[in-house]
Amino acid sequence: MSGAIVAFWLQHAPVLSVVLPLLTAVVLLLIGDAGGMAGQGGAHDDAPLRWRRRISLASASLGLLMALGLVQHATGGELLVYRLGDWPAPFGIVMVVDRLSALMVLLTYLVAVPVLWYAASGWDARGRYFHAVFQFQLMGLSGAFLTGDLFNLFVFFEVLLIASYVLLVHGQGRERFRMGVHYVVLNLVASGLFLVGLSLVYAATGTLNMADVGQRLAQLQDPHLLFARVAALVLLVVFGLKAAMLPLYFWLPGTYAAASAPVAALFAIMTKVGVYSIVRVHWQLFGSEAGSAALAVADWLLPLALTTSVLGVLGALAAHTMGRLVAYLTVSSVGTILAGVGLFTPQALSAALYYTLHSTIVIAGLFLLVELIAAQRGDAVDRLQPAHAVREPVVLGVMMLFGAASAAGLPPLPGFLGKLMVLEASSGLLAQAWVWSVVLGVGFLTIVGLARAGVIVFWHVQPVGGAVTSGSSRRLLAPVWAFMALTLALAVLASPVKRYTDAAAAQLSAPADYVRSVLGADALGRSTTRPYGGRRAPMSQEKPP
Amino acid sequence: MSMEFLVATGVGMVTATGVYLMLRGRSFPVVLGLSLFGYAVNVFIFLMGRLWTNAAPILVGEGPVADPLPQALVLTAIVIGFATTGFVVELALRSRHEAGSDHVDGHEPGGPRS
Repeated sequence: MSGAIVAFWLQHAPVLSVVLPLLTAVVLLLIGDAGGMAGQGGAHDDAPLRWRRRISLASASLGLLMALGLVQHATGGELLVYRLGDWPAPFGIVMVVDRLSALMVLLTYLVAVPVLWYAASGWDARGRYFHAVFQFQLMGLSGAFLTGDLFNLFVFFEVLLIASYVLLVHGQGRERFRMGVHYVVLNLVASGLFLVGLSLVYAATGTLNMADVGQRLAQLQDPHLLFARVAALVLLVVFGLKAAMLPLYFWLPGTYAAASAPVAALFAIMTKVGVYSIVRVHWQLFGSEAGSAALAVADWLLPLALTTSVLGVLGALAAHTMGRLVAYLTVSSVGTILAGVGLFTPQALSAALYYTLHSTIVIAGLFLLVELIAAQRGDAVDRLQPAHAVREPVVLGVMMLFGAASAAGLPPLPGFLGKLMVLEASSGLLAQAWVWSVVLGVGFLTIVGLARAGVIVFWHVQPVGGAVTSGSSRRLLAPVWAFMALTLALAVLASPVKRYTDAAAAQLSAPADYVRSVLGADALGRSTTRPYGGRRAPMSQEKPP
Repeated sequence: MSMEFLVATGVGMVTATGVYLMLRGRSFPVVLGLSLFGYAVNVFIFLMGRLWTNAAPILVGEGPVADPLPQALVLTAIVIGFATTGFVVELALRSRHEAGSDHVDGHEPGGPRS
């Protein structure tokens, strides 16, 4: 029986990771959500809410198990290719599990399960259909990471964005709607540009299958080459907006600070979708093997990334609330990750992937922690101004210290290891001086910013006016502990994790294997598609000799 | 004047109008701008499959056939664009209701912030 289940899973693994959250979301929609009862205190104990929580958590846990299975399978290096409807690639849509996709799906679920757990102790009752939308978000994220088709990537982007629009305004309130309008409009413009970039890729290569695009790019001649280079730059703008890269990050701090705590924590993975897409498109497809179109964005990516990192940390220093502080740390960490990506060596990419794991987990934990602290500071909430002491200074202070130390990159926490890897990977390269000064300087300023917040919140307390608030419930603390434990695990297991990211980077730098797995063993170097010319060849010529 | 020039100019003008409207401060022109930008992008996708004259839209007979893939892509893009436009209209209305102003920043220019 269990053997049959495993065999079934192995056969359909990529699509199951998308279908599971989809079906769960549909079930949750069918159960319905009366909502609106939280204000009257009636929603906490009603049975449907408890069932929604159980279904959502069970589904996310199952998804986590499947993601672990994907990583386990990908470790071997063999690609899992799933042809939807059994249409042959590149004509149908394929889903591909390589080491990078499996890792990103696992990271999504590692963030999603504790966040869902946290949300299940109250936030999900402050609006309607939280769990259903959350599952749609997971579906969009998994799909975006697993798809092997550029247009399909756009579609999954839209799925996860629409879910994120609704999640952002979850809990409602004036500030959320205001930031929601900005966020939605910006992302709609980005979606339009995404389509422009995709159609330019199609005009240049005549295909949208990632493996096929990568192969065609190397063969392009002059008029089409220009299309491809323009497409690469347009797509960098789109992914840069999602990832919050330099001129395009101004939306992020306000938006993340306005979102409810669990949503902001989940959004820690959203910027990484942009990073993933940059790696997939600009590293793999437009990588060093793409002939004359190779590295079309190399001149831009590294300087923009380093500047993002610096401006992000300056924003963190100037932040007047803890929510904005953590949001600016997100921007700063994305800068560090993209610097690793922008060095365009496998070693630096591996370091960037390790740092991605660390920064996503730490920042998600910090967003949750900020709300726990804010809840005990009375009217001051999360503003960085002196207020009465928190009720649980020891527990929250230790958590804050731990998160801050890892975000800033103090040994022996994984933030330190990640930064060390980036530094090591850049040594000997032309940009070494820039990368070293920026990464180390940003680390120092991060310590200053977080220390300032810690001093104000925990030490600079006013003895009077301490309204007695209750402590954090264990159900709220547990998810934050879970993020701390994950951070610690990332440091303890640094060696196997690093081996995996090294292998993932190596896999991405050898796109020939990817092409062979997706398009068939004899596809390499064969001209598969070209921009459509309107003439139909007789069927017999289509067959390979 | 070639057909390509005419269509490309049209797309450019619609895009320019859309961008101009998106940079306005009220949510209604912004939504209109988004829609116009969406139309321009959809026509642009068509253009990237080349312009075809005297070609069948679908596979019939032996004559030339227009590129079918951009048609499918445009269809998907239109559906998604329609849904998101519907959502942004609803969100803008709700934001107007909450903030008492249809300015995208949630308060009248020069007015009180909160």
